[in-house]
Amino acid sequence: MTHDRAAPSAGSDVVLSLHGVTKEYPTTPPVHALRGVDFAVTRGELVGVVGPSGSGKSTLLHIMGTLDRPTAGEVTVAGHDIADLSDKDMSALRSRHIGFVFQQFHLLSGYTALDNVADGLLYTGSNVATRRRLARRALERVGLGHRLGHVATKLSGGERQRVAVARALVGTPSIVLADEPTGNLDTKNSDGIVELIRQINDEGVTFVVITHNREIAEAFPRTVGLRDGLIEYDSGVR
Amino acid sequence: MANNLEPSKLHGADVLRTASVGLHTRKLRAALSALGIMIGIAAMVGVLGLSESSKSDLLAQLDRLGTNLLTVQAGTGIGIGSGELPEEAAGMISRIGPVETTSTISAVDANVFKTDFVPAGQTGGITVQAVDVNLLETLAGGVSDGKFLDAATSDYPTAVLGSVAAERLGIREVSGTQQVWLGDQWFTVIGVLNQFELNPDLDRAALVGFAAAAEYLDHDNVPTSILVRANPDYIDEVTAVLSATANPQNPEEVEVARPSDALEAKEAADDAFTALFLGLGAVALLVGGVGIANVMVISVLERRAEIGLRRALGATKRHVAVQFLGEALLLSAIGGIGGVALGWAVTGVYANIRGWDTLIPPLAIGGGIAAALLIGAIAGLYPAIRAARLSPTEALRSA
Repeated sequence: MTHDRAAPSAGSDVVLSLHGVTKEYPTTPPVHALRGVDFAVTRGELVGVVGPSGSGKSTLLHIMGTLDRPTAGEVTVAGHDIADLSDKDMSALRSRHIGFVFQQFHLLSGYTALDNVADGLLYTGSNVATRRRLARRALERVGLGHRLGHVATKLSGGERQRVAVARALVGTPSIVLADEPTGNLDTKNSDGIVELIRQINDEGVTFVVITHNREIAEAFPRTVGLRDGLIEYDSGVR
Repeated sequence: MANNLEPSKLHGADVLRTASVGLHTRKLRAALSALGIMIGIAAMVGVLGLSESSKSDLLAQLDRLGTNLLTVQAGTGIGIGSGELPEEAAGMISRIGPVETTSTISAVDANVFKTDFVPAGQTGGITVQAVDVNLLETLAGGVSDGKFLDAATSDYPTAVLGSVAAERLGIREVSGTQQVWLGDQWFTVIGVLNQFELNPDLDRAALVGFAAAAEYLDHDNVPTSILVRANPDYIDEVTAVLSATANPQNPEEVEVARPSDALEAKEAADDAFTALFLGLGAVALLVGGVGIANVMVISVLERRAEIGLRRALGATKRHVAVQFLGEALLLSAIGGIGGVALGWAVTGVYANIRGWDTLIPPLAIGGGIAAALLIGAIAGLYPAIRAARLSPTEALRSA
């Protein structure tokens, strides 16, 4: 496994690659959020992307997650060049290949942990029974097997983020993108989530974690520093 | 380039599930916005139901009373006539082919009092009428107590009281010994009548036989009105010739009327009210629709994060639009079904009070729910399109 990670150029194992990606927002004056980013993630990697606010982290996450298109450059996710994909195709790509974890958890408040996780498969076309079965397994995987029937609002912050991680995992995506996953958590819960991400990565799940917390990012096997829309440094796999 | 991506999918059952998220997480708001539609639909269903129920009751009433009764009356007033029909009028009318029966009424110039001590001015508005013994069957009336005049009793000083007259004279039950002071004579009360549905004038009358009127009240027995039952198939033909038959010399002095017309006219007036209330119901429905649109627009703004999340989970624009449109439809369907139930209940209670059968036209039920859904669809369309157009990054960023 570790050897595979060390070889980003090994064609078929590249899950995500960005080539000369720029993003410009047509405001006045125009904002150049990304100014030519080259970046690739191979299967099984755990990458921390760190940068101060305004460095283009969120824009990078949106483009990696096919929630937005670059102004220029090439983005390939799970073998699909997104320039060739329609809006509908990008939705399909997200439903099958990309998992998201957000800072604000984004759980449906009136629903149970199980239902929230099952929603991770809602748009894949699998039936309710399958969705629930897989959701139960994903919740057990994040250590919440005892909280299946709890309503989201009744869970602690750390537990909610675990539910969100389970939702990202439930569809066995090619890559999970986490946007400041510890941003709304206290230190103890934050450590717990980082530990969970490491543990799941050890099971083979590819992760890109975006954070402004250098300490968290640098504890990961690979750290990429972002500043002013450019990659400032890439530690490579340590 | 063709890609091998399997498109995002949302099953029908899941459409319903996502459409109910807003209802589930914001119950009070959903209930209030459905209430607007519910009131509109309830008003419309109730109005149509009440109108239908009362109409069916009226039809039953007309059926019972018959629409083939005609009244021939001497016109009164300046230049119209003396208020009297020719004595031979009844005989002439009964010779018209399709006429089945006739019954003559003659107003007697007398008053009736409870006792002879009552001052002459306090007549209580009760008239005295000389009538034929077949009056009751001609009018499809009934006796509430005692009996009606017959060939024997109509020769003697006996009287039968209309329902209002009996009440005003303080006679509720007929004992056979009660007497009233009628035209300076004691008349024995032998019967009290039910209300006349077609001829309410007789409710305020004391009825005596023709022979008795002539004998004891010195009455000339000139008819003032003649009730005619004719073959229902020839009602118009009979009506056309009645005036001339009743009074060949002065046909213009004769008024011919069909009492069932009054009931039908009442129904027509009710129809006008029905249209008015339907209009009010439609306005309520429209306001309810605006309410739903408003709630949905707010909902889309508030739930940007959820929209962003769903797009991230793989929802297409269409899935998002369908979710919000579905929510609007669900709200309006709940309102529509609730409205039909409420309208039905209101109709049932009111019809029960009035002693009608509860009748809800199926069209009102189907139409009510369809109208609610239509309003919901229109109200939900704009918010749904707005939700779908929201870019996923914008939706997530604003959260």
